[in-house]
Amino acid sequence: MGQGTELGRVRGLGSAKEGAHHWWQQRVTAAANLFLMVWFVIAIARLSAYDYDTVKVWLSSAWVAIPMLLLILSVFWHFRLGLQVVIEDYLHHESKVAAIFALNFFVIATAAIAVFSILKVAFTAGAHV
Amino acid sequence: MATQRPIARPLSPHLSIWKWGPHMTVSILHRVTGDGMATVGTVVLVWWLAAIAGGERSYATFHFVFGEWLGGALGYLFGVGLTLSFFQHLASGIRHFVLDTGAGYELKGNRRGSMATFAFSIIATAAFWAYLLGVK
Repeated sequence: MGQGTELGRVRGLGSAKEGAHHWWQQRVTAAANLFLMVWFVIAIARLSAYDYDTVKVWLSSAWVAIPMLLLILSVFWHFRLGLQVVIEDYLHHESKVAAIFALNFFVIATAAIAVFSILKVAFTAGAHV
Repeated sequence: MATQRPIARPLSPHLSIWKWGPHMTVSILHRVTGDGMATVGTVVLVWWLAAIAGGERSYATFHFVFGEWLGGALGYLFGVGLTLSFFQHLASGIRHFVLDTGAGYELKGNRRGSMATFAFSIIATAAFWAYLLGVK
């Protein structure tokens, strides 16, 4: 797009130079979520039980911990982008800024807890803690 | 940055002027299910992961709240709600990918695609819970 003229080249870029950036990341994470979440839902359904020992052994496997980490990153980034659009649609001025602040705090804090939890279980699998 | 809109100025057509159709239901459900999973789903998932990492006693608390209290009512409530939201958001998201290519805007096809997302989410949720409670 826009190889021909000066106008064609700047079209769609805007002053931020990245007009489609948000939209594109939403699609990329959506595609990743499709695979990761389908895997997760099937894996949860196929667990033999939901007691502590079963889920701990399950989560400590690299074949589970790594996809779970990828899932957290992709899903959480996806919902951060999605909720940002909702906030921008319904809130304005100061309340919009405050809500996006809160959203960023929420997504980073919850992702940190999730990532730490997965890593802790995976790295202490053999140890008695 | 005018905060006060001149009253006489005409507005672009909005929700109230259109005849309601399944595509509008899919659209708002995409947002509702996404919001639900992003908030409620995130809290449940992160709680679950943190409970596993926290050890046997913290997991017992999570297990009690969702699996034992009131016969596991909260587990079923959140479980069915989140799986239904997930499958609806998934089907609707795939529909978005199709629409992104510029396809599926013809009236009949668009209507059929919208209805298909509802059919998929209900059947997939029923199948998931039938497997969990019956087959296993």
